[in-house]
Amino acid sequence: MDRNDLVQIAIYILALLSVVKPLGVYMARVYEGKRAGLNVWLAPLEQWIYRICGVKSEEGMPWKTYALALILFNILGILIVYAIQRLQAFLPLNPMGMAAVSPDSSFNSAVSFATNTDWQGYGGESTMSYLTQMLALAKQNFSSAATGMVVLVALIRGFVQKQTNTIGNFWVDMVRTVLYILLPLSLVFALVLVSQGVPQTFSPGVKTTAGQTIALGPVASQEAIKQLGTNGGGFYNTNSAHPYENPTPLSNFLEMLAILLIPASLCYTFGCMVKDRRQGWALLAVMFIIFIPCLLLVTQIERQGNPLFDKLGIDQVESYLQPGGNMEGKEARFGIVGSAIWAVATTSASNGSVNSMHDSYMPLGGLIPMWLIQLGEVIFGGVGSGLYGMIGFVIVAVFIAGLMIGRTPEYLGKKIEAFEMQMASLVAFIPHLFILIPTAIAVLTVAGKAGIANPGPHGFSEVLYAFSSAAGNNGSAFAGLSANTPFYNIALGVVMFFCRYWLIIPILAIAGSLSAKKLVPTTQGTLPTHTPLFIFFLGMVVLIVGALAFFPALALGPIAEHLMLVAK
Amino acid sequence: MKKTASKVTSLFEPAILWPAVAGSFKKLDPRHQIKNPVMFVVFVGSLLTTGVWVHALLGQGEAGAGFILAVTLWLWFTIIFANFAESMAEGRGKAQAESLRKARKDTPAKKLNKPDDRGGGYTGISATALQSGDVVLVEQGDYIPMDGEVIEGVASVDESAITGESAPVIRESGGDRSSVTGGTRVLSDWLVVKITANPGESFLDHMIAMVEGARRQKTPNEVALSILLTVFTIIFLLVTVTLLPFSIFSVAAAGKGTVITVTALVALLVCLIPTTIGGLLPAIGIAGMDRMIQANVIATSGRAVEAAGDVDVLLLDKTGTVTLGNRQAVAFMPTKGVSIETLADTAQLSSLSDETPEGRSIVVLAKRYGIRERQTQEMGAHFIPFSAQTRMSGVDLGTNRQIRKGSVDAIESYVKKAGGIFPDDLKSAIETISKGGGTPLVVAENQRVLGVIQLKDIIKGGIRERFAELRRMGIKTVMITGDNPLTAAAIAAEAGMDDFLAQATPETKLKLIRDMQTGGRLVAMTGDGTNDAPALAQADVAVAMNTGTQAAKEAGNMVDLDSNPTKLIEVVKIGKQLLITRGALTTFSIANDVSKYFAIIPAAFAGTYPALRALNVMHLTTPQSAILSAVIFNALIIILLIPLSLFGIPYRPLPANRLLRDNLLIYGLGGFVAPFVGIKMIDMLLAALHWV
Repeated sequence: MDRNDLVQIAIYILALLSVVKPLGVYMARVYEGKRAGLNVWLAPLEQWIYRICGVKSEEGMPWKTYALALILFNILGILIVYAIQRLQAFLPLNPMGMAAVSPDSSFNSAVSFATNTDWQGYGGESTMSYLTQMLALAKQNFSSAATGMVVLVALIRGFVQKQTNTIGNFWVDMVRTVLYILLPLSLVFALVLVSQGVPQTFSPGVKTTAGQTIALGPVASQEAIKQLGTNGGGFYNTNSAHPYENPTPLSNFLEMLAILLIPASLCYTFGCMVKDRRQGWALLAVMFIIFIPCLLLVTQIERQGNPLFDKLGIDQVESYLQPGGNMEGKEARFGIVGSAIWAVATTSASNGSVNSMHDSYMPLGGLIPMWLIQLGEVIFGGVGSGLYGMIGFVIVAVFIAGLMIGRTPEYLGKKIEAFEMQMASLVAFIPHLFILIPTAIAVLTVAGKAGIANPGPHGFSEVLYAFSSAAGNNGSAFAGLSANTPFYNIALGVVMFFCRYWLIIPILAIAGSLSAKKLVPTTQGTLPTHTPLFIFFLGMVVLIVGALAFFPALALGPIAEHLMLVAK
Repeated sequence: MKKTASKVTSLFEPAILWPAVAGSFKKLDPRHQIKNPVMFVVFVGSLLTTGVWVHALLGQGEAGAGFILAVTLWLWFTIIFANFAESMAEGRGKAQAESLRKARKDTPAKKLNKPDDRGGGYTGISATALQSGDVVLVEQGDYIPMDGEVIEGVASVDESAITGESAPVIRESGGDRSSVTGGTRVLSDWLVVKITANPGESFLDHMIAMVEGARRQKTPNEVALSILLTVFTIIFLLVTVTLLPFSIFSVAAAGKGTVITVTALVALLVCLIPTTIGGLLPAIGIAGMDRMIQANVIATSGRAVEAAGDVDVLLLDKTGTVTLGNRQAVAFMPTKGVSIETLADTAQLSSLSDETPEGRSIVVLAKRYGIRERQTQEMGAHFIPFSAQTRMSGVDLGTNRQIRKGSVDAIESYVKKAGGIFPDDLKSAIETISKGGGTPLVVAENQRVLGVIQLKDIIKGGIRERFAELRRMGIKTVMITGDNPLTAAAIAAEAGMDDFLAQATPETKLKLIRDMQTGGRLVAMTGDGTNDAPALAQADVAVAMNTGTQAAKEAGNMVDLDSNPTKLIEVVKIGKQLLITRGALTTFSIANDVSKYFAIIPAAFAGTYPALRALNVMHLTTPQSAILSAVIFNALIIILLIPLSLFGIPYRPLPANRLLRDNLLIYGLGGFVAPFVGIKMIDMLLAALHWV
């Protein structure tokens, strides 16, 4: 790693840190219904939406009602996206004349975009009409991101409220998230992207004199929410490596920043809403102390390049003539560090957009992104979902730490009892279940093995990465796996679905149960959860659970690949 | 003075050890194993490898039969060791129960023919035939047949079988000393007792059941922890089960090596799941109850023991807990024109026949002014005892000397009625006394007020330090007293308490507890009287004094046999110790897993990918010795940690953050490092003995 790498990393982290507080405060005020500018000016619009939808905005919902509304809303989204894909040939805004998408691919994409995964088994510019891109996919990018955020807000209310049986109103939370947070941010960001050269048009693609079609379309509007809402589903097949999605170094920097913008700021929102900002900083600190070493490691590993090339006498040293290191699968425009930051950010947050091919990283350089997904997408994670996942880990951590100081566990004044443990346990083990079992099935069956391009440990990594990505609702892939087959479309679709909603329901159950509890006052005997010690402990819990569960599988994939490479 | 009925201290007492060994095998019953999900997985795994071993004996084994047998045996040992820990804890409890049971002889009972008439004669029946509501006569030398309430008579009773306290106690009808316990013996006089418990439901039966762990149910926190441990078990089950297909794929892809054996998979699974805490969890719970018994506290539920660790407010009665039972005279303050000797002399006269501790302390104080004791009878004195109406006591010497002492209001109205006046200069003295936490006792002769005696509560020695200790634990102390707020504030301040409830009545006590609970606090209190019962029932942790009434004992969830109100502090410590032991061993168990991966993964997969040998950081001799060493370590650590689970990890009153840091260093870091060392040593030993 050279100074240039470090400076770029430092600028990225400082830029991120500088927006955490203002955006965090703003979102907290929006959710608490306090005056925050936009929500005053647009209040008539908000009220009008409630009126035409028949939403009783003053009524709180018990957690089961909240969960039911959320699930129905999401299932409706899945059905609409499926229908639009199947019918796109008959619908307007299809200048390139795209045919109907196959049933299994339509199912996969419908679930993928509803669950905030944005796994793409298809190639966007060669499959989807403009209408599908906008009305189905980009619209789902908003509602799936908002779904994650409202669940988090409901959970936070569980900590704040005392002895009530409601956790807020799903429709109100949803409308406010989209209207005051996601839409304005996306609007501004899309305009900035257009200024950098990202297309935003309904015109058909342009045919060059050489006969190549250059695909165009409403790219900027989709690109903005794709990054901001940790969705990751690109307009083009090559995602943000495509010059029309990500034309300049500035657009690259801003898009990387957009990946972590909301997930990081939500930590601060959490601190504001629980009336103890230190708690928000503590969770953010846990994320950073795992994120930064991972980022430095990936940069370093990729910077070092391939040891086999060294033996062949190939020059991999950075110079004015070449960026050096392992540039396979990376855009020359972004270089090592511009790719490494993206790779680590997109996998630690469950974004899944890429500007380089993770499959082409060095074995350990690819291991880290995969492992970040396997940690449960809690290092920043998806918008809302990352933080509520992290709070699931906090519940496990305070349980063990609480016992070690001789108290039955509590967090933010709420006692953690058997019911919360049960639900937090579901949150902890469901992703493991849906990564390991389907991977096992895939490597044993003909249909599963058919998609694997590379032999040996790397082939295994491709399958493991695919299911990790689906379970973590990430959506990035180790290219090399041909996943647009009925087997993978359906298997990955099922994994995405259960890992999203089987986590949301227990989290809402925790919110409901916590809301009903008394608030225990803090005494000297209370375990402080904002201290460096607790931050360290929570980080260890996240790392150890993640490491223990996936070490054997990783040993047969990237670790074996790495050791074989070194041993050659 | 305090002694416990039978304190089991030695770990390896043969009387406990051998039955525990037998018990370890009896508990192999699957119906018992299924209650503990973690150990049940080990059980099924052991059955599986046993089957694989039989298969190997028939010549179709996946590995050498000797190796499979060795792993299988150690897997069975893992279960047996866990069973042994539980049996040991139960055995220690049983030993105590045994000594209690001796008290429950099948005593003959004298059932009254006419319950309301002692003269109606009695029928001799067995104590076991007594029903609740029967009325029995207990005479000198008889054992009280069953728990009950004294309805007639006064007697001294030897309760040492229950409390370990050799001094006899008085039991009488009415009031707070009316409850008697089955198995105790009447030393003098007689009692008529109404039986309040059916056979098998007596206090003693309950105690025995608790101690033996027979009626033990999982406590809420234990349930929550079991859920966490089960989830870890399920995750590791997923990890190991899917390793088989992963291995099949890898062998096919690499074109070499062999698929991981079932033996290695089961070994890995057992090493990874939290067997240390899973195996020791029942023992920790039983041992916690056992430590309560050793502190002479009987908890009626494990939930209460756990809640004790969480208590954040302690309500303590002033009298007997914070202060010595009685107030003592510490100073005479005469009014203007009266010498201190005159006041002392008059005060002494008024108190000579006053047998209350206050009265006696006045006589003692008067001695300092050279006033000797006199015989009141010779002086023709007529003693006027204290009454609630007059709120005065005193003495009439002949007809012209009427000496009275009493509360300020009472004496003021007394002298004013007699035509005297209450001197103004005394009022400031009275105020000073009240503010200082004392009680003023005004002395008057006929219509003339002579002065005031300062009575003071004497704070128990060392109590301040104990409260400071509680504060460090994060526990707030509140004093409950019938005194006026001024006095209460002064005493609370002197004793170093955080708060007080003055002029307390049963209603205000109950309200205080409810308010605190609404505020989310967990309240502990002690009590002995029937009027404490509602508050005891409301409190989260309620320790009833054994000397207290039946109602108090039933309302509380613990009974302190020593009837020592400061015992609550012990109770809190034991509760915390229980939780800490669980937390520390859970951390230890999980931290252990890291090293086991480094032992087993290279051993299992180096055949397929030889490069994975690099992960054998411990340089274990062979794949077989690596797997076997990990399994042996995993089993032995249970045995090594039995003492820790039985005696508990000591609780020190430190701030939460420091306590966490210390325990993380010991059990987290220790749990990470220890198996690296342990597995390596076992491997070296196995290699030296050429067993692998």
